[in-house]
Amino acid sequence: MSAGVGVNLENLWIRFGDFVAVRDANVNINGGDFFSFLGPSGCGKTTILRAVSGFLEPSDGKVLIGGNDMKGIGPNKRPTALIFQNLALFPLMKIWENITFSMEIKGASAKERRKRADELLDMIALPGQGDKLPSELSGGQRQRVAIARALCAEPDVLLLDEPLSALDLKLRQHMRTELREIQQRVGITFIYITHDQGEALTMSDNIAVMKAGVIDQIGDGKTIYNDPSTAFAASFVGENNVFRGKVKRIMGEEALIQTNRSGELVARISSANQGRMKEGDAAMMFIRPEAFALAPAGASGDHFVTAKVNHEEFEGNVFNIFMEGDGGKELKVSIPNLGQSFEDHTGQNITLEYETKNAVIVPAGELAAE
Amino acid sequence: MPSFLKEFFKRNGTGMGSLMLGLVLFWTIGLIILPQLSMLDFSFRPNLPPPEIGGPKDVYTLENYKYLIYGPEGGSQDYNAVDLKVFFRTLVAAVCVTVFNLILCYPIAYYLAQTKGNHIRIFALMLIIPYWINEILRAFALRIIFGETGVLNNMLVGLGIFDTPFDFIRNDIALYAGLGYAYILLMIFPIYNVIESLDRNQIEAARDMGASWTKIHRRVVIPYAKPGISSGCTMVFMLSAGALAAPQILGGPSSLWFTQLIYQQFNDNSDWPQGAAYAVVLLVTCILLVLAVMRLFKVNMGDIGK
Ligand SMILES: Nc1ncnc2c1ncn2[C@@H]1O[C@H](COP(=O)(O)OP(=O)(O)OP(=O)(O)O)[C@@H](O)[C@H]1O
Ligand SMILES: [Mg+2]
Repeated sequence: MSAGVGVNLENLWIRFGDFVAVRDANVNINGGDFFSFLGPSGCGKTTILRAVSGFLEPSDGKVLIGGNDMKGIGPNKRPTALIFQNLALFPLMKIWENITFSMEIKGASAKERRKRADELLDMIALPGQGDKLPSELSGGQRQRVAIARALCAEPDVLLLDEPLSALDLKLRQHMRTELREIQQRVGITFIYITHDQGEALTMSDNIAVMKAGVIDQIGDGKTIYNDPSTAFAASFVGENNVFRGKVKRIMGEEALIQTNRSGELVARISSANQGRMKEGDAAMMFIRPEAFALAPAGASGDHFVTAKVNHEEFEGNVFNIFMEGDGGKELKVSIPNLGQSFEDHTGQNITLEYETKNAVIVPAGELAAE
Repeated sequence: MPSFLKEFFKRNGTGMGSLMLGLVLFWTIGLIILPQLSMLDFSFRPNLPPPEIGGPKDVYTLENYKYLIYGPEGGSQDYNAVDLKVFFRTLVAAVCVTVFNLILCYPIAYYLAQTKGNHIRIFALMLIIPYWINEILRAFALRIIFGETGVLNNMLVGLGIFDTPFDFIRNDIALYAGLGYAYILLMIFPIYNVIESLDRNQIEAARDMGASWTKIHRRVVIPYAKPGISSGCTMVFMLSAGALAAPQILGGPSSLWFTQLIYQQFNDNSDWPQGAAYAVVLLVTCILLVLAVMRLFKVNMGDIGK
């Protein structure tokens, strides 16, 4: 799908006084993509969205929509529609008036608007609810009304600012699928903002991971998850175990790390850092909980980790083992529950193994806060 | 005992609660309702010298109300044209002052409510400080500005815009300006209060969907601010219609305010029943007018308190 209208951020800076909210962002969003900005609270996600929708002028750099520089073009003149973090439905207008507000602006007749509202209400599975007020709907229903209102404006780019954050978990998961379906049906570009990595991974074609105003990594979900380019991306997206250390030897795409706690371990250098790391560099190695397997006792080598088990828990689909880890953080291991017998290891030392392709090395850096 | 009273006593204790309740009741009943009722009573009685009060002539009558409509019995005219004219002129003028005030204050209130920062407080302070000066002084200050040899005329004539001084006072411009100015705060603050609670995102959402500023105000801000607008308008209208000092000082010699007639009846003619009747007519008409307008714009009584 490349029919849609793309969005490009070129060397985008946004400052509030001395405070830099967005620092030199370069992002290319393909037309028709479901693109997510993923980052912790306060990292500048909303700020970027406001710059795309036109409520904020960049301090420096450019916002291009469909290849056109948007400088000086107001939010009411851009082909974007924004869904606000708090939805911002008009409380005094009926649902159908809310949905068709953009048509009212263009002078459409009440009959036309009513008809379009009914179509959109059908699409969001709220048929016949047009005469209610927003306050008479549930959170999830309001959510869908906000989407319908934005789609009614027939934007080329739909901007969504954490639209699911107010919903409970079940509804949130349901809306993920629904949003993705709507996006594929209408085929326009979605720019989605979230601090929830699950949302970003399940819905997006591409994801930009943000940290404190800086874009850390851009890639599709698999790349971000399996091949993070920074310590922040590795630790923010999904659960991950960190091993701190120094690069002892570079061996092609892999490297041997002298870790602080677990001896010498081998892992793959992440793609973005290939050729950029050298011996003696401070490095971090990340291994996902599910990438470990139990190894025979006493096994040792450069892809074995031995540590003491603090406690274990049974989660249904997996057994979780929590072991003494690096830097006071527990090492978490998840063993799939395939009906095998599983003995309790609490208090014992056990040995784990991993495949080097499933462990990734990045330069040492700041980890995401828990 | 209704539950809100129980709640009230529980929160404040029986002693303190009774004291507070007593004071409020004394205030509303003793100082407002009873005197008004006695005014109402006055208005239905003939104006009698003190010895005859309570005598055989002291009966309820509609005479005082008739007087406003038909004038003195056996008078030369069919209707009391003079007083009725003053009455309607007062109402129309009060409506004009209210509308003028609304047009002036809505943008100010919107601006105050939607911008953040310290300069807003300074702005608000500058609006409030003039109210430390009493009403009479403020009115005379406006006379100095609008008078025949006043600042404004000196300037306009000096600049050659007018050949001869313009009589702002005789043309009631000074009066309207004075009344408008007197109640600016009563208009600004209720509107400011509501707009301040309006989610900025709603304005941005409307703008995002292509709405012009007029459209945003018409469809989003004004409907939301309606309770504030109605409390502001109600207060300004009631107070303008009932104002006395400003019309006395700033009004032209030929144009009386209805309150001045009431004052004359009470004070100059010592005709309390007649004055009371006029006052009651003014009060009831104003209330009915306000209720009618509220009905027209679909405002609830409960919204006014917001
Ligand atoms: N108008 C403003 N003036 C000054 N600072 C601002 C302004 N808007 C945002 N900021 C700052 O910019 C930073 C980024 O804000 P932003 O709203 O983009 O965060 P966010 O990533 O959307 O966070 P959240 O997930 O909590 O919504 C924050 O530190 C915030 O305090
Ligand atoms: Mg935000």
